[in-house]
Amino acid sequence: MDFVSQHPVLVAAVVKIAVLLFIVMTALAYLTWLERKVIAHIQSRWGPYNVGAHGLLQPLADGIKFLFKEDVTPPAADRLIYTLAPFLALALGLSAIALIPFGPPSALFPNGQQIFSVVDLNIGLLFLFAITSMGVYGIALAGWSSNSKYALLGGLRSSAQMISYEVSLTVSVVGVILLAGTLNFNELIAAQKGYWLHFIPRWNLLPQFVGFLCYLTAAIAETNRVPFDLPEAETELVAGFHTEYSAFKFAMFFMAEYANMITVSCLATILFLGGWLSPFPETWTWQNYLPGAGLLMLAAYCAWNTVSEMRGIARLQLGVVTLLAGGGGLICLYPPIAAGIQGPFWFTAKILAILFFYIWMRATLPRFRYDQLMSFGWKLLLPVSLANLVITAFVIIWPLLRKG
Amino acid sequence: MSIPIILFLVCALVAVAGAVVLILAREPIHSALALVVVMMALAVLYLLLGAPFIAAVQIIVYAGAIMVLFVFVIMLLNAGVEERTDFSKLAKFAGVPLGFFLLLEIAHWLAHSPIGAAIANGAGSSAGESSTTELSEMLFRQYLFPFEATSILILIAILGALVLARKEE
Amino acid sequence: MSAVPISFYLVLSAILFGLGVVAFVFKRNIITIFMSIELMLNAVNLAFVAFARARGELDGLVFVFFVIVVAAAEAAVGLAIVIMLAQNRQSLNVERVNLLKL
Repeated sequence: MDFVSQHPVLVAAVVKIAVLLFIVMTALAYLTWLERKVIAHIQSRWGPYNVGAHGLLQPLADGIKFLFKEDVTPPAADRLIYTLAPFLALALGLSAIALIPFGPPSALFPNGQQIFSVVDLNIGLLFLFAITSMGVYGIALAGWSSNSKYALLGGLRSSAQMISYEVSLTVSVVGVILLAGTLNFNELIAAQKGYWLHFIPRWNLLPQFVGFLCYLTAAIAETNRVPFDLPEAETELVAGFHTEYSAFKFAMFFMAEYANMITVSCLATILFLGGWLSPFPETWTWQNYLPGAGLLMLAAYCAWNTVSEMRGIARLQLGVVTLLAGGGGLICLYPPIAAGIQGPFWFTAKILAILFFYIWMRATLPRFRYDQLMSFGWKLLLPVSLANLVITAFVIIWPLLRKG
Repeated sequence: MSIPIILFLVCALVAVAGAVVLILAREPIHSALALVVVMMALAVLYLLLGAPFIAAVQIIVYAGAIMVLFVFVIMLLNAGVEERTDFSKLAKFAGVPLGFFLLLEIAHWLAHSPIGAAIANGAGSSAGESSTTELSEMLFRQYLFPFEATSILILIAILGALVLARKEE
Repeated sequence: MSAVPISFYLVLSAILFGLGVVAFVFKRNIITIFMSIELMLNAVNLAFVAFARARGELDGLVFVFFVIVVAAAEAAVGLAIVIMLAQNRQSLNVERVNLLKL
């Protein structure tokens, strides 16, 4: 007990990391489900449907399958690096999320530690970039150590692509940093408080719209997603850098990709969409009941679906989902809780919107050719984000210049 | 043993081990990875020294850009196992002990000379974290000219790399 | 919490610099030689940061910043030269590079 009272920071951090890890791992698993479902519906299919009601147990089944498959290591591979690469990719992908504040810093534990962020670094944004810039190694080393030409080409492509687009990614964010004058996530969000005309939220989305577009494009390329998924282009390179990987090492690359998606979505939310700020003015108190009402509506839909469509065990499974959603909704309607979860609710909603956009892009767009990818990154994206930076800086400094 | 000293010793050990692996490894890519490990350890040491901005820049630029470039070139050239050549006997029997002795001497001097002692006892622990704002003000006021000069340097480096990498027509 | 004496950092910096010199002298692969230069630069950076801390001034940190920028420029040009060399000589061994002509 002494230890707990003497090291409040350490204990709180460990607890928060454990909870966050659990949430993120579950979110990763269900992101694959969401992606398959959304793409299927866009393409007029059903997607996963048989394992659990609406395929809800599909991620679990996939995970178990990955665990029990044979783990093949090519005989000519560099064993150490071959094993290290997926761990590196996943560890970097997960640790980046630890820097994100999911709610207002005013929410505190009894011992004075923030509830919604693991650490509140002064230069959090720089550290996030530091961690994501290391992400290239996982992919490049996987490609090199497999000792296969497809994997090597995939690794080469990805390192060239990620270095190129990292420049635009960073430059497109600098405009926001100039506006807020800080690198701390909570201050970056606090700088976006307030409203134009009393109802348009003062997010960076409007003044930095060009920056937002550049960021979103560069972020898709950074995470190797369609239409920039050249490193794993299956029509040319079999599966790119993870051609030789099997079983759980393959699953780790998969999870790392989804973790990176979540990270860049969090960053887009913080920098351009006001983080955990609500889009509605604070005087509209009914918004406190939105999360509860949303969950109750989901429960109502599930209940109707259970009764009308489901048969056998699926009926039981969806019934459990109904009860969980309904119970959660009722808890969220309790006023103190309703007020407390406002921040995380809006944060999650914005992340989900961006993730949906990602999946939508994947279902819609074809892949770029490699030279198109490079010329797009260097000849269009970088100049546009640089111009955005210069114009932003000029607009900020103009009043100072006129005063002399 | 307080927590900072333990942290320092661990990072120092990791850094030295990384440097030794860099020398002993025969595959260039293993050397590159060892160097990345050294750089990460040094970044932690910068944090310990109260310079978080430099630590972040160290990881972003050194480990995240320069070393990726090295790894990229190694992959591109498909550099295999290094050929070893015999180095001279003089280097083996005289050079290595002499180098080691030089290191010992530097360490001894640092530990016992007045300058080393003054540094050790002096302001070492007084300053807190250096603020990024102060650093940037210094960079853009006092060191503005060198800063602009580096931008030209980088431009020249880009041009040089382009000229070197261009295919002959 | 007692801080780490600055001399510890300087000794570590000296050791790393020495190892960098050893690598520079003993390695035969041109890329690895290049990497040992980076190792030496890193050792110098550590000394700079340690001195900045000891004197309580930020100038040392600015110097580290410049060293990193110069290292980046150096890596860009140097690696371009390495690629040229490798394409012309079909080898990365420095002992094969014994002609003035590229």
